[in-house]
Amino acid sequence: MSRTTLGRDIPETAGAIGTLAPFSGAWARAEGVSAERKLLSAGRPSKVLPSVEEAVRRSGLESGMTISFHHHFREGDSVVNRVLDAIARAGIRDLTLAPSSLTSVHAPLVEHCRSGVIRRICTSGLRGKLADEISRGLLDEPVLIHSHGGRARALREGSIRPDVAFLGASVCDSYGNASGSSGKSACGSLGYAIVDARYARSVVVLTDGLADFPAVPASIGQQFVDWVVPIDAVGDPKGIGVGATRISRDPRELLIARNALAAIDATGLLRDGFSFQTGTGGASLAVIRYLRELMLERGIKAAFCLGGITGQVARMLEEGLVGSILDVQSFDADAARSMAVNSRHIEVDAMTYADPGCPGAAVNMLDFVVLSALEVDVDFNVNVITGSDGVIRGASGGHSDTAAGATVSVVVAPLVRARTASIVDRVETVVTPGESVDLFVTDRGTAVNPRRPDLAAALRAAGVEVRDIRELRELARSIVGEPDPVEYGKRVVGLVEYRDGTIIDAIREVK
Amino acid sequence: MMARLRRSMLFVPGNDPAVVKDPQVYGPDSLIFDLEDSVAPTEKDAARLLVFCALRSLDYGAIEKAVRINGMDTPWMRDDVTAMVRAGVDLIRLPKTERASDLVALEALVAAAEKACGRPVGEVRLMAALEGPLAVLNAYEIATATPRLVAIALSAEDFVTSMKTSRSPEGVELFEARGRIVLAARAAGVMAIDTVYTDLNNDEGLLRETRLIKQMGFDGKSVINPSQIPLVHGVFAPTPEEIKKSRRIVAAAADAESRGLGVMSLDGKMIDKPIVERAARVLDLARASGLKIEEEQR
Repeated sequence: MSRTTLGRDIPETAGAIGTLAPFSGAWARAEGVSAERKLLSAGRPSKVLPSVEEAVRRSGLESGMTISFHHHFREGDSVVNRVLDAIARAGIRDLTLAPSSLTSVHAPLVEHCRSGVIRRICTSGLRGKLADEISRGLLDEPVLIHSHGGRARALREGSIRPDVAFLGASVCDSYGNASGSSGKSACGSLGYAIVDARYARSVVVLTDGLADFPAVPASIGQQFVDWVVPIDAVGDPKGIGVGATRISRDPRELLIARNALAAIDATGLLRDGFSFQTGTGGASLAVIRYLRELMLERGIKAAFCLGGITGQVARMLEEGLVGSILDVQSFDADAARSMAVNSRHIEVDAMTYADPGCPGAAVNMLDFVVLSALEVDVDFNVNVITGSDGVIRGASGGHSDTAAGATVSVVVAPLVRARTASIVDRVETVVTPGESVDLFVTDRGTAVNPRRPDLAAALRAAGVEVRDIRELRELARSIVGEPDPVEYGKRVVGLVEYRDGTIIDAIREVK
Repeated sequence: MMARLRRSMLFVPGNDPAVVKDPQVYGPDSLIFDLEDSVAPTEKDAARLLVFCALRSLDYGAIEKAVRINGMDTPWMRDDVTAMVRAGVDLIRLPKTERASDLVALEALVAAAEKACGRPVGEVRLMAALEGPLAVLNAYEIATATPRLVAIALSAEDFVTSMKTSRSPEGVELFEARGRIVLAARAAGVMAIDTVYTDLNNDEGLLRETRLIKQMGFDGKSVINPSQIPLVHGVFAPTPEEIKKSRRIVAAAADAESRGLGVMSLDGKMIDKPIVERAARVLDLARASGLKIEEEQR
């Protein structure tokens, strides 16, 4: 028998329950509350810390651990650089940096890589100086490039396990209820960060919009948050996204968008209740403009739109053309506003969005997706990570996730960009396997994957010319010729992970 | 054989490889590679060489390939003519045409260039841009200067400056010039092409102006941005009613001809030759606009 602090005798063990712990006081084991606090009239348990440095200390971060961030502040993010500076000053080294993605504002990380603060990086994308340096061998270990769905899977399975997640939020109360829905740095959905909050061992929210408790609805709930750090700015609103993403006026992108919509229409998918997603890039975003016009003309409505969301889609929701929006990332301020006010504009986390191993990925419910590409090859493989010079300059994002999930996946690109062909014999790096790509739409016509004879027949029946992808390849070659091959070194600087965790390609160092 | 349409003539800056390589994807009726105003004096040689090489090596399909050369009074004009004739251009647009003698002089240069490179003499067609008050007053004389001439065009920017006015949304300042040009063109049996619409963010304005010039009798419009092409073609596209009526007129005419009848009638109304011609033109436009004609659907 053992005795509780209330003097009751209880058995030490009980069958399958095993060892029993005797009661030892109402607040003896509670985190963040105490008997003393209970006696005071003011003073709730506080998670608020005065500085990033203090948060680094209190989070228990040590050399060799894994830290994560989200990229919802895009080119405006100031959280990653700020936290890494504090970590470096604390003398912590050999970290694995595992953010959802990185952009060109993260160039200062080059120094942290050089000095050994960062030893390894897992990310969806890399751009700018950091990407250039990594392509030239900055890190000893290859960068692991994952898709958004693949990252959610990795977090869920534990193959990426952040010891500390540093998550920026434009609004957060003192108890950790965080969101991106309002405030001066509003970014809308925190879809990628929600998964980090759930699986990281310790969660620090940095906010420039400290709000009264409870700041609801919260994207990241208080139950996942250990510390809250008010800072002056989590990002620069200009880089986060101001107003609505403008629809391109580039005539070539508009032409490709019209061609893409004509091909999609020919498949017969544009019936009442359809669903869609469009990726980033002028031509794929411009599809929305023509889609809207067509829907108004025919009087049809979409059940939902998924993915990265722009103000244009938010307007379609308000016009009643789209039933619901499932928003994992809001691309502009109009989309962020819409999510805050429209009950059918729903925030979804990256698992719900695209995790290939979870039983409910929304990408599987998509009728069609329109995706950009840096390069496509004659086997329909798509590269969105390295340029024609072999240097990393893009992001895997949801490309392979949506291509695999959607009934019809449409990849758009101009046949030729400046002096380089977008259609090649062999892409520099495979991110999305050709077997999951159905249509390739260019300014010079549309090619259908031979695996989809049904789509080729549908396009022809609708009067859309179907071109052989090799014919498009030859046409591009006739205009820009054949470039010298990129000279790579032996060293592998990047590994492209397919959404299921297998490695689909390796990126080698450029000379 | 369908008569060539020139609903849209797209200006392509001759010094921009990214655009020169494939402007046909936008589907204009004619491409006008520009060596004149879009090219700085220091870039004239480079643009001429770029357009020359593009015309020689790229396939622009069935679309008419035109070039706007530099004006008669410039040091570049002769080299432009020689190079473009040799490159295989279909049509030369002469800017700042003031009088018939400009075209007579140009024709001599073109003929010499054709001989020099072995092209049939007379193959390269000409088009004159009228850009000043004198040119507009000389419109008929210009339109009949040479059998090579297939169209005269208004170029409004210089014109309104000479007229000491500016362009307005309603276009009152251009009424007289447009009226004279379309009248001269019709009298001479050549096409009349309207000036560019420069406000790229105003689709409604472009549509209004295109409807106006179509109603005045113009055959088409010069365009400076590819996104204007579908809008202009849309205005020139016949309505389903027009197509249906025209199809019946053409069928009635064919029927009358096969039966050796000189006079035809449809629904109790007599049909004469101009009506049949107009109907045939409507059907040409319908085909060019990608519209289905019932007769052909069967």
